[in-house]
Amino acid sequence: MVTAVISLTGLGLVAAFGLSIASKKFHVDVDPRLETIEGILPSLNCGACGYAGCSGFAVGLLEGEAQPTGCAPGGEVVISQLAEFLGLEVGDVVKQIAVLKCGGTIEKAAMEARYEGVYDCRAAILVGGGGKACRYSCVGYGTCEAVCPFDAIVMRPDGLPIVYADKCTACNKCVVACPRDVLVLEPVSHEVRVRCYSSDAGGRVRKICQVGCTGCGICEKVCPVEAVKVDDNLALISPDKCVECGICAANCPQNTITDDMLPRAPVYITDTCNGCTICAKVCPYDAIEGQAKELHVVDPGRCTGCRLCVERCNVSAIVVTGEERTVAVAK
Amino acid sequence: MQTLFLIIIGTVFVNNFVLARFLGLCPFMGVSRRIETATGMGMAVIFVMTVAASVTWNIQNFLLIPFHLEYLQTIMFILVIASLVQLVEMFVRKVSPALYQSLGIFLPLITTNCAVLGVALLTVQKGLGFFQTLVFAFGSSLGFTLALVLMAGIRETEEMADVPKPFKGTALAFVTAGLLSLAFMGFSGMVK
Repeated sequence: MVTAVISLTGLGLVAAFGLSIASKKFHVDVDPRLETIEGILPSLNCGACGYAGCSGFAVGLLEGEAQPTGCAPGGEVVISQLAEFLGLEVGDVVKQIAVLKCGGTIEKAAMEARYEGVYDCRAAILVGGGGKACRYSCVGYGTCEAVCPFDAIVMRPDGLPIVYADKCTACNKCVVACPRDVLVLEPVSHEVRVRCYSSDAGGRVRKICQVGCTGCGICEKVCPVEAVKVDDNLALISPDKCVECGICAANCPQNTITDDMLPRAPVYITDTCNGCTICAKVCPYDAIEGQAKELHVVDPGRCTGCRLCVERCNVSAIVVTGEERTVAVAK
Repeated sequence: MQTLFLIIIGTVFVNNFVLARFLGLCPFMGVSRRIETATGMGMAVIFVMTVAASVTWNIQNFLLIPFHLEYLQTIMFILVIASLVQLVEMFVRKVSPALYQSLGIFLPLITTNCAVLGVALLTVQKGLGFFQTLVFAFGSSLGFTLALVLMAGIRETEEMADVPKPFKGTALAFVTAGLLSLAFMGFSGMVK
């Protein structure tokens, strides 16, 4: 009994002594900043930054490989904190959200089959792609809703998911999971969007979907800033060029292009106007009237609030009436 | 000399710890993704096993048997192995942070690895001498490393292959391990 206690204790003491010496000898200095950075990060380990979890991203930040803007779920707060801590300048952070590039609800998209398998888009794709006739459409079985870690995606009764901009962190999970690739990340501020991903020819699109892009090219023609291009029977809006005037959406015969900024407030010209007439020429709706070198007036009945004139005015005389604009999240 | 050679052949090929005795399977599946980490893990295991076996042999013969404390065998051996693993962990962390990262949880898991405790207990059971114990432990860990590296090589190639989805990942690893074991069964009976 006594020998057992003594020998076991003795062995334990020897091991403890040896290990305590070894821990001093093999001591590794860990960068103390690492802990602070991990504290700032949201600890979601979502992988949106491209690193394996938040601690990997923290190491990447310290080594200068990663940028604070890489943390999409953290949003502006985390990014600015990181930048402050690391002494970096942050450029403009463009908040992105997942956007559905399909408007084919149950009523608007033609069905050609009935799918009765596992209620999952990826499963439906394996056996022919759900019931919709369109091969490019949202399948509608809510895989994106299931994978979203932030509950930002909810399937609506009309068969399409809705993305809540305030909850979406642009973590990319739904984009990866979507088997039809109809979810893409786009800047949240660009609210004029093409809700279609179909490269089918116009005739077929007209047959199978009420809101599909036929590639007619009207949007390309009416766009005042050449931001819309029709390529492979599909209109594409370049977010860099688009000024969100909404003219393409207003002219789209299929209502494929949606304008979530509606209704827009009409603009108002202040008395700094020097009467250069540029705004009157720019206005696509002839809503601005006035003689040269005289104060111009906006007809609020005609003005759609496209704000093309605002940017063109040399003396910043045109202002948007009413600061708040109603953002229709779901259209 | 001949016995020592036979012990090496026996432990590496015939009674391979992983593929014939199915000991130490968790690092075998866990760290066999890449040859580099598999080699690192193998080296760690070689060190831990050999040192652990030599220390446990001394404990068994100079402490447990003289004082009739054989019933403390398991706890004593585990204490020794755990301390050694801790030492290796500190050492690897200092010398090669990359290896430390890629070994991950499997390095501390050597502590409770049945292969390491298995070597310590088997040598006692077989009543081997000190040198034979050393060679037995070295051979066993060499066999473990061989199995691990072979597996890692195959799994690296499998990464490139077009594998049907249901087989991907762990399922395929287990199928591969089975086939590998099948191949090693060809050695059985060569050395007793």
